[in-house]
Amino acid sequence: MPKPTVSVFQYPRTREEMPRGPYAKAGVLVEANAGWRVFRPVIQTARCRKCQQCWLLCPDGAIDRTGECYTVDYNFCKGCGLCATECPAKAIAMVKEGAKGE
Amino acid sequence: MSNDTLTARRAFMSANDAVSYGVRLCRPEVIAAYPITPQTSVVEKLSEFIAGGEMDCQFINVESEHSAMAAVMGAAMMGCRTFTASSSQGLLYMCEMLHYVSGSRFPIVMMNANRTVAAPWNIFGDHRDSLAMRDAGWLQVYVENGQEALDAVIQAYKVAEDPAVRTPVMVCLDGFVLTHTYEVVSIPGQREVDAFLPPFVPGENVLDLANPRSLCISVAPEWQTEFRHQQQEAMAAARRAIAGADGDFAGVFGRRWGGMVEEYRCEDAEYVLMGLGSVMGTTRLVVDKLREEGLKVGLVKVRYFRPFPNEEIAALGRRVKGIGVIDRDVSFGNAGALYTEAKAALYSAGDASPHTVNFIAGLSGRDITKEHLETMYRKVIALTEGKAEREIQFAGLRWEEW
Amino acid sequence: MKVKDLSDSELLYGHKACPGCAAGTVARLILKVTGERTFLAYPASCLSTVTSIYPQMAFSVPSFTAPFPATGAVLSGMAAAVKAKKLQDVTVLGIAGDGGTADIGLQALSGVVERGDRIFYVCYDNEAYMNTGVQRSSLTPFGAATTTSPVAGSSAGKRGVKKNLFEILVAHRIPYCATASIAHTADFLNKVEKAKNTDGPSFIHVLAPCPTGWGFPSDQTMAVGRLAVETGLWFLAEYEQGRVKMNSVPRNFRPVEEYLGLQKRFRHLGPAERKLIEGQRDREWADMREKWGF
Repeated sequence: MPKPTVSVFQYPRTREEMPRGPYAKAGVLVEANAGWRVFRPVIQTARCRKCQQCWLLCPDGAIDRTGECYTVDYNFCKGCGLCATECPAKAIAMVKEGAKGE
Repeated sequence: MSNDTLTARRAFMSANDAVSYGVRLCRPEVIAAYPITPQTSVVEKLSEFIAGGEMDCQFINVESEHSAMAAVMGAAMMGCRTFTASSSQGLLYMCEMLHYVSGSRFPIVMMNANRTVAAPWNIFGDHRDSLAMRDAGWLQVYVENGQEALDAVIQAYKVAEDPAVRTPVMVCLDGFVLTHTYEVVSIPGQREVDAFLPPFVPGENVLDLANPRSLCISVAPEWQTEFRHQQQEAMAAARRAIAGADGDFAGVFGRRWGGMVEEYRCEDAEYVLMGLGSVMGTTRLVVDKLREEGLKVGLVKVRYFRPFPNEEIAALGRRVKGIGVIDRDVSFGNAGALYTEAKAALYSAGDASPHTVNFIAGLSGRDITKEHLETMYRKVIALTEGKAEREIQFAGLRWEEW
Repeated sequence: MKVKDLSDSELLYGHKACPGCAAGTVARLILKVTGERTFLAYPASCLSTVTSIYPQMAFSVPSFTAPFPATGAVLSGMAAAVKAKKLQDVTVLGIAGDGGTADIGLQALSGVVERGDRIFYVCYDNEAYMNTGVQRSSLTPFGAATTTSPVAGSSAGKRGVKKNLFEILVAHRIPYCATASIAHTADFLNKVEKAKNTDGPSFIHVLAPCPTGWGFPSDQTMAVGRLAVETGLWFLAEYEQGRVKMNSVPRNFRPVEEYLGLQKRFRHLGPAERKLIEGQRDREWADMREKWGF
């Protein structure tokens, strides 16, 4: 998937390792946003028509349309529910985190 | 490159023109500026050079000084050598940007035509504009004449772009007294300047498609101090770079300006006046006159206000009996900025610490005459001989004897 | 611009914007169109706060946080550098909020547009200073409650109407500008592509509903955005080759209550105030019809 993933960031250990000036490498993620979520979107593959609406509109870009089935990157989905609301096929269910069977 | 043709020659010109030639020789790729008296003729001349094909450079006619500094920052961030110029109200208007540029470590060079700050409204010279920007994280150099202005611009790029420094430099010229005064100036040859100042190689704080980075980012308290300390270290490195650039420059062009400070007839001096910029020229004449009378006087021209020449001033303090500091500014409620800082530097002179007095003079373009300067020397001498003198004096105030 | 042709790479990823934030979708979709050869400037805003706090960097393109008033000016400097360095096939892009564009950044925006520099500027309009905690801006609409136009005592939300940013840009005779809504995504993407390809300054003013500041559930962002257009409280237009074209002219407006009623910031408005908003809307549309002839 052509998107950054969480990696371990090595903070500067010496003054020589400090970046000279406040800049950083682009596309570096040191922590996920998974903890923000109360409800998680679950894509019901059988109902999905692959219309791309959820992929297109997701504010976090957390949906992947490249595989055989659409998938959600739960590291970065914040559970806003926009995808479920906008899905014309009603193929996305919002399921409470920690609910039975999940 | 369209400006290969400039060969060394001497010409009669204003210090503003001298700055323009200095900038042209440094081959900036982007210039952005907004007009303000008495800086205007610099950017007019540069526009002329560019329009005439004598400089290969992008000129951006911005709509404000804030935007002038923001635009050159945008270009510096893309790896370009840049230049801008301002003065007074304009410098204050871009204040936010000055901090932004130094904090982000872009080696921008700017000329400031020193002019007082309203109100009352006045277009003539003093140092309140640039000294108010003391804490903006820029190097500040104050020059005495057109030749020094031209040379200081070339050296400014050398120092600013030094990998250990990477900090912007402000070249400060007294409004009108320098900016609009004509004198004979030696213009160095392009080839020699190219050898002295190679093309700008940006550091890693650059927008690069092949190696994308995010610049000017937010940094939480946990890491801010380290970035700030880095700026302080850059200023320490600048002291070495300033001396190095001055030495190298002398080697190529045969002129040496003294680096952080220039002392005149101080070898055995007991009484000195200290100041910034063009007033030091007049002071030299007064030193010569008083020397003829047998008085052991000298002068110290503080060239760099940032970084501040603490060591040089402390060393001077151990040798002399009295120091008068001329300030073309005043921080209301305290003293002149140069005085405050010089006095702090003298604290480390220990028991040998000399008598000090602050002369506030030349505000908003008022002349500082030879008579004023002679009076200042005599007051310094009187002070060392035990006569009471007010520590902070406005020179030539109408209601007072001077 | 077809959705299937959009890139799968996410050049904005892992940001900390609130759930359901339209600005997230706006910035991410723009970058899908402009691609990796984009130099991005964004001023102090929600976008800077949620993307670029050391060391977590959510943008994957070369980018930087610009001073709040300076987006237009830094874009000018970058565009000059593109010429100086003879770079080809790149986009110099600015993405700023309503305050950073229409208030403190208006002068610099006017400057860069007047100079004719090849830059692409997007204002994502969430109709208040959201980053500092929902203070009113000149793009906050009439009646909206913010922390500095509160509903208390004699105050009943913002007085005065939303500044017409589109017309300000039209007055500059800019080569291309448009209004857009993130909820009208196809229209938005077309406009982004046109703006990217404009040889000169281009500008898009996109309405970006804010669940936190406007007070609606985070899954309703697009619904609110659609209703803004359907009630006629927002319009979709383009200006190119010296002409304004409307992209959507609703035959009948839906009642303003449908839009206002979804959001906490309008909850205090009584029937008289709602009527007033409806009247303002009708006058605006009559005015636009007359000016632009549709």
